[in-house]
Amino acid sequence: MCTDCGCHPHHPDDTPHTGDPGDGYASRRLLVEAAATAANDETARHNREAFRRQRLTALNLMSSPGAGKTSILERTIRHLAGRRPVYVIEGDQQTRNDAERIERAGATAVQINTGSGCHLEAGMVARAVERLDPLPGGLLFIENVGNLVCPAMFDLGEQAKVVIISVTEGDDKPEKYPYMFRAARLCLINKTDLLPYVDFDPGRCRQLARAVNPHITCIELSARTGEGFDAWLQWLSGLA
Amino acid sequence: MHELSLACSLVDLACQRAQEEGASRITALEVEVGALAGVMREALAFGFEAACRDTLAQGARLVIIEEPAKGVCSACRVTCRLARFTITCPACGAAALEISGGDRLCLRAIEVA
Repeated sequence: MCTDCGCHPHHPDDTPHTGDPGDGYASRRLLVEAAATAANDETARHNREAFRRQRLTALNLMSSPGAGKTSILERTIRHLAGRRPVYVIEGDQQTRNDAERIERAGATAVQINTGSGCHLEAGMVARAVERLDPLPGGLLFIENVGNLVCPAMFDLGEQAKVVIISVTEGDDKPEKYPYMFRAARLCLINKTDLLPYVDFDPGRCRQLARAVNPHITCIELSARTGEGFDAWLQWLSGLA
Repeated sequence: MHELSLACSLVDLACQRAQEEGASRITALEVEVGALAGVMREALAFGFEAACRDTLAQGARLVIIEEPAKGVCSACRVTCRLARFTITCPACGAAALEISGGDRLCLRAIEVA
């Protein structure tokens, strides 16, 4: 900015100082060409690099509210007790309810309350991991805010995204929320113990998931009965 | 409503660029919105106003450039426009369509005074 009058930074000598920042110049156009998520993506890259150095396997779990993310984690933590350190970052708009459930199951948890926010961002995860101070070789579950839309757009630095749907939802969810199913590497179909009481067709759900993402793996399980957990635990051990 | 968060990021990018150039005021942001970017225009415009408050971009115009979605089939190499997200090629029917454009939200340029 011109030190004489605060007008344009490249003030030509032959024009009068007027103090108007736009003085003597029509507005200038400056190229930027940057993705809106550029800052988040950069932080996510740092997270990914830090996870690799710490030999931490990080998974980003996403679903609608109530699909059973926390219940799946509780049972998973009990299965892995004594075998692998498990850490959980819990994202919710309010309360510490889920972090308390996770701690009762035996894992270390940090709760992030997003307030009005509908998704987690990489910076929130970086700060939460600092608080967790995980041991090498651990497993980090990042339980995103219950939402099938926004979380798909934000890289957290995870090794893989996992989408969870339950049989009390429609089996056409993959078709309705293609971004989420396109981003995920694994789809868990939860609450299979309720299949006799609902019209959900797991075969159709799998087919629709593959229609938006041919590389997606689908596993049916029940966090309540433990049915299907062997396949999920095997998938997890294949990652590390 | 991730649009508010995205609007804040766009305004941050704009302010950084304006400061690099020593500009004192941003009068417009040119934002490319891809048809498959997963962004609602109205929500973005609403978030934009709030995001600009008390920054160099206060009062700036939001100029939205709509980018149509495009796909290219890795089986038959045809390129096509897409009305919605799909991986099925409209020409050969293979599940091999890759999105080749119109899936991003980015700040193309700013106008400064």
